[in-house]
Amino acid sequence: MASPSALAGHNDHAHEHHDDHKLSFVQRWLFSTNHKDIGTLYLIFAIIAGTIGGAISGIMRLELAQPGIQYLTFFTQGNLDASYHLWNVFITAHGLIMVFFTVMPAMIGGFGNWFVPIMIGAPDMAFPRMNNVSFWLLVPSFLLLVGSMFVEGPAGFNGVGTGWTLYAPLSTSSHPGPAVDMAILSLHLAGASSILGAINFITTILNMRAPGMTLHKMPLFVWSVLVTAFLLLLSLPVLAGAITMLLTDRNFGTHFFTADGGGDPLLYQHLFWFFGHPEVYILILPGFGMISQIISTFSKKPVFGYLGMAYAMVAIGFIGFLVWAHHMFTSGLDVNTKMYFTAATMIIAVPTGIKIFSWIATMWGGSMTFETPMLWAIGFIFMFTVGGVTGVMLSNAGLDTYFHNTYYVVAHFHYVLSLGAVFAIFAGFYYWFGKMTGKPYNEFLGKLHFWVFFVGVNVMFMPMHFLGQQGMPRRVPDYPAEFAYYNKMASYGYAIMAVGMLIFFVNLIVSFASKKRVADNYWGEGATTLEWTLSSPPPFHQFETLPVIK
Amino acid sequence: MMRNLKRLFLPLLIAIAPLPALAQADAPAAAPVPVVTTADVPTAAPQFLAPEAGVGQPAREGIALQDPVTPIGREAHALVDGVLNPVMFIVSIFVLLLLAWTVVRFRARANPQPSKTSHNTVIEVVWTVVPVLILVWIAVPSFRLLANQYTPPKADITIKATGHQWYWEYEYPDQGAFTFDSVMLTEAEAAKRGSPNLLDVDNRIVLPAGATVRVLTTAADVIHAWAMPAFWVQMDAVPGRVNETWFKVDRPGVYFGQCFQLCGTKHGFMPIAVEVVSKERFAEWIAAKQKENGITSPTAPTAVLPAVSSAPPPAPAATPVAAAAPAAAPAA
Repeated sequence: MASPSALAGHNDHAHEHHDDHKLSFVQRWLFSTNHKDIGTLYLIFAIIAGTIGGAISGIMRLELAQPGIQYLTFFTQGNLDASYHLWNVFITAHGLIMVFFTVMPAMIGGFGNWFVPIMIGAPDMAFPRMNNVSFWLLVPSFLLLVGSMFVEGPAGFNGVGTGWTLYAPLSTSSHPGPAVDMAILSLHLAGASSILGAINFITTILNMRAPGMTLHKMPLFVWSVLVTAFLLLLSLPVLAGAITMLLTDRNFGTHFFTADGGGDPLLYQHLFWFFGHPEVYILILPGFGMISQIISTFSKKPVFGYLGMAYAMVAIGFIGFLVWAHHMFTSGLDVNTKMYFTAATMIIAVPTGIKIFSWIATMWGGSMTFETPMLWAIGFIFMFTVGGVTGVMLSNAGLDTYFHNTYYVVAHFHYVLSLGAVFAIFAGFYYWFGKMTGKPYNEFLGKLHFWVFFVGVNVMFMPMHFLGQQGMPRRVPDYPAEFAYYNKMASYGYAIMAVGMLIFFVNLIVSFASKKRVADNYWGEGATTLEWTLSSPPPFHQFETLPVIK
Repeated sequence: MMRNLKRLFLPLLIAIAPLPALAQADAPAAAPVPVVTTADVPTAAPQFLAPEAGVGQPAREGIALQDPVTPIGREAHALVDGVLNPVMFIVSIFVLLLLAWTVVRFRARANPQPSKTSHNTVIEVVWTVVPVLILVWIAVPSFRLLANQYTPPKADITIKATGHQWYWEYEYPDQGAFTFDSVMLTEAEAAKRGSPNLLDVDNRIVLPAGATVRVLTTAADVIHAWAMPAFWVQMDAVPGRVNETWFKVDRPGVYFGQCFQLCGTKHGFMPIAVEVVSKERFAEWIAAKQKENGITSPTAPTAVLPAVSSAPPPAPAATPVAAAAPAAAPAA
């Protein structure tokens, strides 16, 4: 669809002409306007970025396996201070890469692009060229971020060592070199990419649903992407403003965040977390949507409490904008502010609980089979519950005095992200792999991948609760010997998880090499959304005649 | 539709409800507490309490919270052990068992014909209302703890902690405003004192047992955080701001903490060590510090020691290690 007027008839001559034309490689993959091709590009991008982000965390776990500095000095010719800074660069890069370049591109760019138009019976996204711009903004953005690791940050050392939060004045006066400027520009590009994507999804979902596809009939995955897109649209401009102020503080003599110029470092934290908290829901909401589709498919039952599920996501998105300062409980907020943010944060447990129970109720009375996607989905439900209840602990400002910035927080957000969002991504990947490629994945390797990964991440992140309760701060490259035991266990967990990822890549190779082909609806009667009415893989342009939903 | 609206508004109402009810009194301003300065106090040679395993520091292979040594710490522990942890375990295990039962009972072989049920108003109301009730139940003691954290007793002594890249600077504003830097010990130095690696410093903060201590935190360069897990204290040190927190430790001993806010290259290497001693020993230490800094009576008027009202501290298990200790502290 070269024309942006996607709603125009599909039988016009220009369109037919376009369809018959065989696209060159460059036309198809660099000048892509097809939502499925762009979705594929996003998925490939996410896998590459995720591998880099995961390798960085591998170096981190290796270093933390025992007290003292053993491996970081390998990168710094034995310079200990440079090693400490390199540690901070790694934690920063790991966080930013996993958030902006792995989970978001996989869920929203990848699965969102692939399946939102199909699920609502649309031929493509509303703005196909803008869709391509969204993807190609992400590539230079990623290059800038990776590049920032090789230019000067603080005097004498390379890279951004501020954490993904880029708190001022650590990111301003303490990092005079251009590395932080590169990271800011990287985030600007990634943010612009996501804002354009959000506009595209909102327009597509609100304007391009097939006849009869009312909002209350949309699959929950589409609902989740719609809510996510609104969160992106409303939160990212605030981040853009905050990091622009950082940029001018750094380069143009403004004092937004410098106390001695009349500014306030805490202003940055408020702006960042006004974006940052919705951002963590952006990372998980599409996962909620995918899990709903998958649980329903393998239970052979419609989703239980559909409207409750949809509006629980709306509620989570809405409350998500009202809780940001729970990330700042130790920054010196006054007590009434802390009470409000504690109460508001606890409330999120209610819609989240509705979702957990509705998934179980969907399975209740079903006729379940346990193919790989279902294993990931069930694993998601339990692990997300564990990550959720530790969230209730942390929501409590009086208790956060102790837990803030300890490994307990690291354990909490990896349970909801590494065992939540990433489980959902793998669930979706296995669920739709046949639909996207036309080939079946290897069931045995898929299940093996699940079990090894499941054991690995639990061995890795469960001990972090213990370390946090014992008072180990996060973001440190070395620790007293008292913390050694569970750090070593966590590092073994990483190794197990890494074996799981190797199995995943073997499975990819085996599956792509497969000569077998899958049917249109290979999951059978439980798979009721529109993508299962199409061939596997779907035609280059689907729904030339719009489907009518009864 | 009505049900969904309620579902949206209920959380909001609950979020707003506690606010007016929980407005709390301002923290009373504490009068500065002067310390005795007698001219003939002997110069106290450095004397460092030996740390005790499992007190004020992480335990080897430990999994629980560090043992609390302050009233707020004990209250918070009771909340964690009595409310939050049980709720977390019960909810997690309930969901796990429910999932396991569902998976076994409704697998395709056991239940070939799926039901078509997709609504049940009663159960949906139940799983909305029950979590709300549990949260309200959690909220009551949580807000009490929070309010108590912000209503300290009258302070007996004030210290000011200033974060630098990468060490802490301390000031005793009411004892003549002397300052000193607190820099991490090397592994060998720490071992000599019997301290855990990366947690001890050359100049510890010294405070009297049983005193209510007000801590002011600020920073000279970037944001740091002054965190003492055993005290249940963590307060950011922000340039251009002075934050306030407090604690009250009855038990003499040495307690360790760390900077908890990423502050650059050596963030992991600016620990905090607080030595809580008898008031007599504290008076000697203050006198020695004042002498060392050339502070004489006018700035530090004579008065009795911090009016410590608490009962004698529990058996002081901590023992001085430095043999050079001039005067063994008499029994409190």
